[in-house]
Amino acid sequence: MSIEPIGTRPRRTFDPTRIMIYLVLAVAAIYYLLPLYVMIVTSLKGMPEVRLGNIFAPPVEVTFEPWAKAWDTACTGLYCEGLKVGFWNSMQILIPSVVISIAIASVNGYALSFWRFRGAEVFFTILIFGSFIPYQVMLYPLVIITRELGIFGSLTGVIFIHTIFGMPILTLLFRNYFASLPQELFKAARVDGAGFWGIFFKIMVPMSPPIFVVAIILQVTGIWNDFLFGVIFAGTKNFPMTVQLNNIVNSSQGVKEYNVNMAATILTGAVPLAIYFLSGKYFVRGIAAGAVKG
Amino acid sequence: MKSIEIKDLSLSFGDFKVLEKLNLDIYDGEFLVLLGASGCGKSTLLNCVAGLLDISDGQIFIKGKNVTWKEPKDRDIGMVFQSYALYPQMSVRGNLSFGLKNARIPKPEIEKRVARAAEILQIESLLHRKPAELSGGQRQRVAIGRALVREVDVFLFDEPLSNLDAKLRAELRVEIKRLHQKLNNTMIYVTHDQIEALTLADRIAIMRGGKVQQLDTPQVIYNHPVNKYVAAFIGSPGMNFLTGRLVAGENPGFKLDGLDVDLSRYAFKDTTPSGESEAWLGVRPEHIHVGPEAAKKAFSHAVEVEVVEPMGSDTLVWSKLANQEFRFRMDGQQSVKVGEELMIGFDPVSASLFDSKTEVRL
Repeated sequence: MSIEPIGTRPRRTFDPTRIMIYLVLAVAAIYYLLPLYVMIVTSLKGMPEVRLGNIFAPPVEVTFEPWAKAWDTACTGLYCEGLKVGFWNSMQILIPSVVISIAIASVNGYALSFWRFRGAEVFFTILIFGSFIPYQVMLYPLVIITRELGIFGSLTGVIFIHTIFGMPILTLLFRNYFASLPQELFKAARVDGAGFWGIFFKIMVPMSPPIFVVAIILQVTGIWNDFLFGVIFAGTKNFPMTVQLNNIVNSSQGVKEYNVNMAATILTGAVPLAIYFLSGKYFVRGIAAGAVKG
Repeated sequence: MKSIEIKDLSLSFGDFKVLEKLNLDIYDGEFLVLLGASGCGKSTLLNCVAGLLDISDGQIFIKGKNVTWKEPKDRDIGMVFQSYALYPQMSVRGNLSFGLKNARIPKPEIEKRVARAAEILQIESLLHRKPAELSGGQRQRVAIGRALVREVDVFLFDEPLSNLDAKLRAELRVEIKRLHQKLNNTMIYVTHDQIEALTLADRIAIMRGGKVQQLDTPQVIYNHPVNKYVAAFIGSPGMNFLTGRLVAGENPGFKLDGLDVDLSRYAFKDTTPSGESEAWLGVRPEHIHVGPEAAKKAFSHAVEVEVVEPMGSDTLVWSKLANQEFRFRMDGQQSVKVGEELMIGFDPVSASLFDSKTEVRL
């Protein structure tokens, strides 16, 4: 005699699908968290403890010495002023690059989706095509261009480069977002007497915080993690944090200070990490948008 | 006086001609409906009048001023869209005053106009709300209000009721009619719904393939459609079309398979055509009489009931006349059975004849 079924079907707590899902998730989590654990643990140990070689063992004596050294006194090539120099350089590169590239790209995307000017399609195609060319190909011509402009080896130079390279993907991002907004809204605003900038600032921008957040995340993580443009275009005095991190970690003189290296790496990764924790779902959207680039 | 004058308007996208040499005059205070199936160019025409689309050729005059090259805001028009197109981040008040602020109208004047529009449309209590907090009907009212505050003579409606459910549509339809009676300004109204067209319009322009097929009052369009397309488009259920031979002369008649319809009282458009020719005879289902009085009509015949569709107030009956599909309307209270024989009859005065090749009214 079985029970007459009625209402919601009862769920089994441990059905096979669920067990599989959690198993895969657990393995993936361990795979990614273990290296982070090793880094944090090592960065909190003194050198004698590091030399013992038990990389998974928690520190016996917790010390913040390596962190202080990485930030303040570690040698990055000729100078021994730590990563803080690189941090401020990176900030100086990051903020103008992000602001300028997003400002230009949002207007590009807006114009492309609403003000269908002659040749808009061709312009857009070229722009998108640009994002598929490996940028190593363009490095030498860009060096010549920036040299001719007199901005090679300066902050302006590297900001200029970042702005240009952000353009295709950001324009695509904004164009697609604006294209999803109703055309009739644009028409209504035109009847209401708003012009190109009026419609952009009063109607479109207030409707677009999500896409601006995605763009900011995309650009901040991209520019912060950049190494190549920084090392080529910024000039020795303006090396961003990533370049200085490399100089610390790969220095061939003296003993390898693993604890300092670990601390320096975490410090460098802190900005994208913070962005990730603060922006949650938008970050995923940013990654997805970045994936369009291939 | 002419409110809007459209002269030889053409618009093409590449090789595709959307509108071709279109001429249309709309008079002061007139309610003109542009009616047609989707893709006939009616919305395109409205967008051209609004200045939202650049035309390829021709001229547009509003209030006697040539506005062909003018921006939408300088054409003295208000426009209402199908999707309402309210600015989502602004309150209702913000939506109503946005255009006035752009026109740099002084603040007290804006307040006054917003208050007046809100009163007319009964949305005073909603002024502080955001569009997302409004129902569909309320949103469309705000959208109408946005046209109202501009205090212009010409209102353009682009399928304003298509996004609403049937009940709300009927309510707002009456309100738009009231609004027109109250303000008495010129309105151009685009729709694909013939009921909206027939109920609202002073005149209807029926469009097809970028051309105006017929421009006239709803009554004339209903009773004297200029061609078969218009005849089929207007009226629900649609007109019956019977193919046969038109025999012209002293006593004109229409020969169906073994049946003769006497056309001596039919008002031919021009003079009575001569000779014999293929033609369509169009009869509206509601112009067909059933039962004893059918026999008194100029044409009557017995038909067999095939399908019965009761619709409450009346019943639609499907049958065959001279082996051709034939529908007619009956009082909903009368009971009809499938297979039953009924006497039907109609008066050729209320019928329409179309040439079988050109499909033009004879």
